[in-house]
Amino acid sequence: MRPELKIALVSKVYPMRSHTCAAEGGAAGVIKSDDSMDHHFHDTVGGGDWLSDQDAVDFFIREAPKELLQLEHWGCPWSREPNGSVAVRPFGGMKKQRTWFAADKSGFHILHTLFQTSLKFPSIQRFDEYYVTDLVVDDGRCCGFTAIEMRSGQIKFFRANAVIIASGGAGRMFPFTTNGAIKTGDGMALAYRAGVPLKDMEFVQYHPTGLPNTGTLLTEACRGEGGILVNKNGRRFLQDYGMGPETPVGQPVLKTMELGPRDRVSQAFWHEQKKGNMVPTRWGDCMMLDLRHLGEKKIDERLPLVRDMATSYLGVDPVTDPVPVRPVVHYMMGGIDTDIRAATSLAGLYAAGECACVSINGANRLGSNSLTELLVFGRRAAISAIEYLDGGTAVANETAVTAGADAAQARLRELFNRSGGGETIAGLRKEMMATMEEHAGIYRSGEGLEQACSTLAGLRRRYASIELHDKTNVYNTDLLQALELGAMLDCAEAVTVSALARRESRGAHQRLDFTARDDTTYLRHSLASYRNAGPPAIGYSDVVITRSPPGVRDYSGEQK
Amino acid sequence: MSERIVELEVLRFNPETDAEPRFQRYSVPCMNEWVVLDALNHVKEAIDPTLSYRWSCHMAVCGSCGMMINGEPKLACKAFLRAYDGVIRVEPLANFPIQRDLVTVIDDFITKLKRVKPYLVPKSDQPVEAGEFRQTPAELKRYKQYTLCINCMLCYAACPEYALVPKFIGPAAISLAHRYNEDSRDGGREERQQEIASGEGVWECSFVGACSEVCPEHVDPAGALQQVKIRSTVDWYQEHLMPWSKK
Ligand SMILES: Cc1cc2nc3c(=O)[nH]c(=O)nc-3n(C[C@H](O)[C@H](O)[C@H](O)COP(=O)(O)OP(=O)(O)OC[C@H]3O[C@@H](n4cnc5c(N)ncnc54)[C@H](O)[C@@H]3O)c2cc1C
Ligand code: SF4
Ligand code: FES
Repeated sequence: MRPELKIALVSKVYPMRSHTCAAEGGAAGVIKSDDSMDHHFHDTVGGGDWLSDQDAVDFFIREAPKELLQLEHWGCPWSREPNGSVAVRPFGGMKKQRTWFAADKSGFHILHTLFQTSLKFPSIQRFDEYYVTDLVVDDGRCCGFTAIEMRSGQIKFFRANAVIIASGGAGRMFPFTTNGAIKTGDGMALAYRAGVPLKDMEFVQYHPTGLPNTGTLLTEACRGEGGILVNKNGRRFLQDYGMGPETPVGQPVLKTMELGPRDRVSQAFWHEQKKGNMVPTRWGDCMMLDLRHLGEKKIDERLPLVRDMATSYLGVDPVTDPVPVRPVVHYMMGGIDTDIRAATSLAGLYAAGECACVSINGANRLGSNSLTELLVFGRRAAISAIEYLDGGTAVANETAVTAGADAAQARLRELFNRSGGGETIAGLRKEMMATMEEHAGIYRSGEGLEQACSTLAGLRRRYASIELHDKTNVYNTDLLQALELGAMLDCAEAVTVSALARRESRGAHQRLDFTARDDTTYLRHSLASYRNAGPPAIGYSDVVITRSPPGVRDYSGEQK
Repeated sequence: MSERIVELEVLRFNPETDAEPRFQRYSVPCMNEWVVLDALNHVKEAIDPTLSYRWSCHMAVCGSCGMMINGEPKLACKAFLRAYDGVIRVEPLANFPIQRDLVTVIDDFITKLKRVKPYLVPKSDQPVEAGEFRQTPAELKRYKQYTLCINCMLCYAACPEYALVPKFIGPAAISLAHRYNEDSRDGGREERQQEIASGEGVWECSFVGACSEVCPEHVDPAGALQQVKIRSTVDWYQEHLMPWSKK
């Protein structure tokens, strides 16, 4: 603890509104005696289709239990075993039970525990509902950022020698997503525009079980507890896509069938849909999630939120009926390129959480690794930032720094005063979402991606002439949405350009025209670098492989 | 697909341009399974981009979207249109100042939350390396319900006492204090007691129970307040009538 540090905690919403609150399932960390660090390592690396950096994964799994215990000491209401020790549950892609959970509100409790605990540290000063617009960079160092205070509309300059971005994902680029309205890729765009590459952006995870109308997630724990997925013929179709043989109903086996990894399950949906085996509903084609055999008692005890959501938002009670679900965009594996210390290539800038790409998640994140990732790399980013500050920062040219902040302010004023553009925020956003859904979804092709790249380039050009409808200062959400759209368009272009360049299929990135994994050329991270005019430049960096050479991802029940 | 036109009457107020609040009507084509938030989003997207309100999760967990719907405090993302007929009136949460349109100023709640020390004050100094504090499912159950508060402040909007006496710490903050008091790992009750057992604390509550009725998470703040009162009374007797019983 370093009480002399001055810490500003800046968020565009009150911190407890952050989207972490939506995570239901839990956070992975090895604690039980039948588990081992090695198991967690291999599950993560294999699950990520060998695109994870193995030194980072090793660090991550070693730190994971400590961070989860720290949360326990801060009061997190983890679910318990009868003897009072912390309970763990099974989760997709994890071979052992190692997912810590707090009923089905794990992320909510993690977030509130962190937020409430933060209230006891006077050195943390909060700036709630401040929207960060630009990083201020001078002489290759990050010197702070500018932010709009929502309640006044004023632009404030935060002069800081170290900045940590923890701004979350960007699922809102897509029309069907589990992500809340605030997940618009702002932080990724901030770093990207300041010259830090976005890494592995082509890897976008679908979650197989979203409600078809709102995208609301039904947690993977549904399947962990024994729920099954069937097609319109009542067949558990996952067995036809390398995840069989069929396991007895209600007795889930880790890492196979319904507990196979998310990308595989979503891809199986896509194939079944093409074959016409899905159930048509008024919200489009769906598969059925059947929980009925679990019985009312278990459903209420273990999955109360799931029952509540399905009943209220869809009118289907899982106790009596199968629930129609479909894959929905869930998580960005890619993000701000950081090293194992959570540092970016820009001195003084750090990133952690979903906005960052270390990468431990590789081509496909395993469920329940990312809540833990926030904790492990959140702490790592803080330590790195402190080390950097302790190392003594060079004297900055304050005139240039202020000029940088002024320029950011001037850009905003220009947007504010612009008139006669004729483009609307809602219109451009719709086109972006449609393009992403059509061409950058579960399966992609070169042709489709080229189309998406050109559409997005066009949208970015048109974005330059959007006009605000609301030109007042107080809590101007029209302005906010305009800025969020700008961030999403930049991120979306990074996704499609990176995806077009990766001519292979790996994890969540599946190409219909290049169906195999190609380790010779693409066992590398992609790096998209921002260019003001035109699409990003794509480069690559090596994947760190220490002890697990690329192998085959096998989720059939046979090998175990 | 069942679709119907829903009439919304929404409170509008922009402190820069309006002297006082006014109501604006919107006719919104809605799907049957929509919630009020979906209708507002449709307004924002297709009819009037200047309307301001808070939301994020659309699953009743982030606590952003509390508003008065036909006079009752509700989460807009959980207020189903099918439950209403006729014009639906949407106003900002009662008992909080309006910042703009449906956005309220919630500084008061945030300050009170901090005052009740809503964090664990560990009973024993056990390093993290020593492993978890043991807590049985029964011990967890004692306080679990009070952890579910999403800070949506519907209970404040429903509370007649808070309307009359704004310094009342209020249902959610007291429930959260109670949550930590009841946690088997916690030893901070005395510190919190100074705030919540004071005149601005539980004794302000006249036990109308409106808070528990509107709470979307079934936290039962009224129950928490009642328990705090009982515990505080016991404290008082122990201190004043039976001083020998205190260790
Ligand atoms: C429905 C759902 C269920 C999930 N379940 C699980 C699970 O069971 N297990 C698991 O491990 N993972 C799960 N995940 C993934 C995991 O929850 C997220 O990856 C993680 O919570 C992201 O946390 P974060 O801190 O990076 O971002 P967030 O929690 O999204 O926080 C981002 C913060 O940055 C702020 N911010 C963003 N932009 C700006 C800006 N321009 N200016 C100022 N502030 C800004 C936001 O206001 C917010 O406070 C789930 C995700 C979803 C959507
Ligand atoms: S107690 Fe209930 S109504 Fe009050 S803030 Fe918490 S969740 Fe909302
Ligand atoms: S939008 Fe999150 S609670 Fe309603």
